[in-house]
Amino acid sequence: MRRIISILMENEPGALSRVVGLFSQRGYNIDTLNVAATEDPTLSRLTVTTKGDDRVIEQITKQLNKLVDVVKLVDLSEGAHVERDLMLVKVRAEGEVRDEIRRVTEIFRGQIVDVGPQVFTIQLTGAAEKLDAFIAALEEGAILEVVRSGVVGISRGDKVLRL
Amino acid sequence: MEMLSGGEMIARAIELENVEYIFGYPGGAVLHIYDALFKNCKVPHVLVRHEQAATHAADAYARATGKPGVVLVTSGPGATNAVTGIATAYMDSIPMVIFSGQVQSHLIGEDAFQETDMLGISRPVVKHSFQVRHTEELPGIIKKAFHIATTGRPGPVVIDIPKDKTKPEEKFPFKYPDSVSMRSYSPIQRGHAGQIKKAAKLLLGAKRPVIYSGGGVILGGASDQLTHLAKELRFPVTNTLMGLGAYPGSDDQFLGMLGMHGFYEANMAMHHADVILAVGARFDDRVTNTVSKFCPGAKIIHIDIDPTSISKTVNADVPIVGPVQTVLEDMLVQIKQLRKKDASLPDAGALERWWRQINEWRDKHGLWTADRFVSDGEHIMPQQVIQSLYKATGGDAYITSDVGQHQMFAAQYYKFDKPHRWINSGGLGTMGFGLPAAIGVKLAFPDADVACVTGEGSIQMNIQELSTCTQYNTPVKIINLRNNYLGMVKQWQDMQYEGRHAMSTYEDSLPDFVKLVEAYGHVGMQVKNLADLDGAMKEAFALKDRVVFMDIFIDPTEHVYPMHVAPNGSMKDMWINKHERTS
Repeated sequence: MRRIISILMENEPGALSRVVGLFSQRGYNIDTLNVAATEDPTLSRLTVTTKGDDRVIEQITKQLNKLVDVVKLVDLSEGAHVERDLMLVKVRAEGEVRDEIRRVTEIFRGQIVDVGPQVFTIQLTGAAEKLDAFIAALEEGAILEVVRSGVVGISRGDKVLRL
Repeated sequence: MEMLSGGEMIARAIELENVEYIFGYPGGAVLHIYDALFKNCKVPHVLVRHEQAATHAADAYARATGKPGVVLVTSGPGATNAVTGIATAYMDSIPMVIFSGQVQSHLIGEDAFQETDMLGISRPVVKHSFQVRHTEELPGIIKKAFHIATTGRPGPVVIDIPKDKTKPEEKFPFKYPDSVSMRSYSPIQRGHAGQIKKAAKLLLGAKRPVIYSGGGVILGGASDQLTHLAKELRFPVTNTLMGLGAYPGSDDQFLGMLGMHGFYEANMAMHHADVILAVGARFDDRVTNTVSKFCPGAKIIHIDIDPTSISKTVNADVPIVGPVQTVLEDMLVQIKQLRKKDASLPDAGALERWWRQINEWRDKHGLWTADRFVSDGEHIMPQQVIQSLYKATGGDAYITSDVGQHQMFAAQYYKFDKPHRWINSGGLGTMGFGLPAAIGVKLAFPDADVACVTGEGSIQMNIQELSTCTQYNTPVKIINLRNNYLGMVKQWQDMQYEGRHAMSTYEDSLPDFVKLVEAYGHVGMQVKNLADLDGAMKEAFALKDRVVFMDIFIDPTEHVYPMHVAPNGSMKDMWINKHERTS
C-alpha cells in the first residue's frame, strides 16, 4: 500500500543522506522524495512516498525514528490529509494543437507559465493521480520534458507536525 | 575561560570522560591531536599494528568493562581500515567513540592525499556520526558522542575531524558540558506498566515456558534481574551466542545456547514452548531458522530497548520497549504480587511435566551426554580442548574468540557463569577479532586470565598484533585449534557441496607458529597428543607474564553439532551428528 511519510529533522549536513541511505540499506523503496527547510531554519521537512505492507511500513517508521537526526514523523496516509505534487511539463505546441492543449490545461486547472512559438510550459498542482491523468490526456509524443516536485502533504484539521 | 586548541580539547575531553585507554594509530591528519596527547594527556595510548585491531581492542575493552571503547585513527586508509571494526561493534551494539582524522577543510572533496568520505563510508554501520566544522563545537560534539554511544541501544559513534580544526596555534574557549540535551534523541527510561502486567500474567499462565535471552541483557546490566526472575518462576533459560554468561552456564535451569549450533535441549524446548520470554535478543536468522516455522505454538513476549528489534522478523504478542533491567525488575514485582493473590501460579504440575520433558531431551542428545563427540583417546577433539581450557582456568577466564568452528565449540563447551566474560563477534562474524580483542580485555583486567580461542585462518588475519602484545606486555593465551582447514567452510562444503573443498585449505603453507611467536618474543607450544593436553594447558596458564601460543593439532574431520537443517527447517530440525538428524 502507498504511504506518505512526513519527517521533521535537524537541518544538519548529512541528515538527508542518513534518511535516503536507510531506505537503500534496508531494501525499502522510495517513490517520491521532497525536502526543504521549514519556518524554523534549524528544521527540515522531508516527505517520502513509499510502498509496503503494514509490517514493512512499521519497520520503516521505527527505523526512521531511530535516526538521531529525525525529530518527529507522521504517516499522513493513516488519517485525513491534503497531498500535493507540483509538475512542470514542456509540450510541443504548434498549429491547431495549441488550442487543444490550452483546453486540456484548463480542464485540469493548470497554468501555462511559459509560451514559445513551438512550445508551452504548463504548471499543474494536485494529488499525484491528477498529474498522472493529465499526462495520459496529452497526445502521445507531445511531451518534451516533465519535472515533478514529489509529494508534499499535511494533515487535515487541528493535527500538526511540529515540536 | 581556558583557551585550548582543537587537539588539546580532544585530549582534555578524553580525560574528562574517564577514558582508560585510547587505541589508535597516528598519521598525517591526526598529528596535531597526537602531539597534544603526547604533551599533555594522562590517558595512555595503545599503538596497534593495524587500525582494524584498534577498533577490535577498544570494542572488546567495552564488552568486558561495560565502558565505551575509544579509537583514534588517521584519514583515508586509517579510517577505512577501522570500518570493519566499527561494523563489528555496530552489529553487536557495542559503545565506542571513534575519532578519525580528515584532510583540511578546504581540501575536502578534491581527492586530496589520504582523503576518504568517512561519514559516507561509515554511515550504515554507526549509531551516529559528526563532522567538526568549527573548533568551538568540539567539546559539545564529544560529549554528545559519548552520550549517544553509551545510552539506549549502545553503538559506535564516529567523529570526523578535519586537520585544520586541531591546529595548535588556533585556540578557543573550552568548557566541557556537564550534560547533554538533544530534542531528537531521548532513549526510553521505563517499560509500559500495562504491557509488563500483561506479560507477567502470560508468564504465570504458561505451561511450557522458555526464557530466551540475548546480548541486550549483558549490555543492559540485567543479569541479576534475569536470574532472579528465572529462579522465582523456575523457568528454563536459553542464551543466544551474544547472551552467554547473562545466566549462569553451570546452573541446572540453563539449557545452553540456542540456534544454528545451539544445544538440542534448547532448540527443542523453544520449538515446543507455549510462552517465550525474549529479553534483549533480536530473533536473528542464526537463531530462528526458517521464520515461518519458528516456534508455532508460542506466545511471544519481547523486551528490547530498541523498538526496531521488536516484530522485525518474528511478531511479538506482548511487545515491551524499555531498558531490560528496569523492565525485568518491574515484571518481578508484578509476578510476586500476582502470586500473592494466587499462590498456585504458575501451574506446578505443568511445569513439572515440562522439566521432565526437557530432561528427557537432555538425556537423549544433550550436549553433556557421553556420545556427543567420539574420541579415540589419542587424537585431540576440539571439544576436549575447550574442556581442558575450562579446567585450567577454573571456568573464570575472559575468553575472546575468532569466527568459525572454534568459536562454536568455545560457546558450547565453556560454561560462562558471569556476564562480560565471553567476547566474540556474533553479528558480523569478523575473523581476526580474537587477538586484538584479547589485548583490549587484558589491558582492562591485567590480573585476570585472558584466552583467545582461534583457528589458523582467523589468527592470521590480525597476527601482527603479537607485536602489540610485546610492546604493552599483555600476556594473553592463544589457543589455536589447528585442523589445517578453514574449518567451518569445510564443514559446509562437506554437508552441502558433496565434500568439494573449494579453496578451504592452506595445503603446506602454514607457518611454524612456534617459531613465529618466538620471533615476537613469546612462548610457543605444540600439542599433538591428547595425553599432553591438560598438562600443556596448565603450563601455559602458569606462565602468568608471558604470551603463550598453543598450537593444538585437532581431528580435522570433526564438525560442529547440533546444526540446524537448512533451508526450510524449523528450530527442532537438527543434525545431531554426521549421520543422524531429528525427524
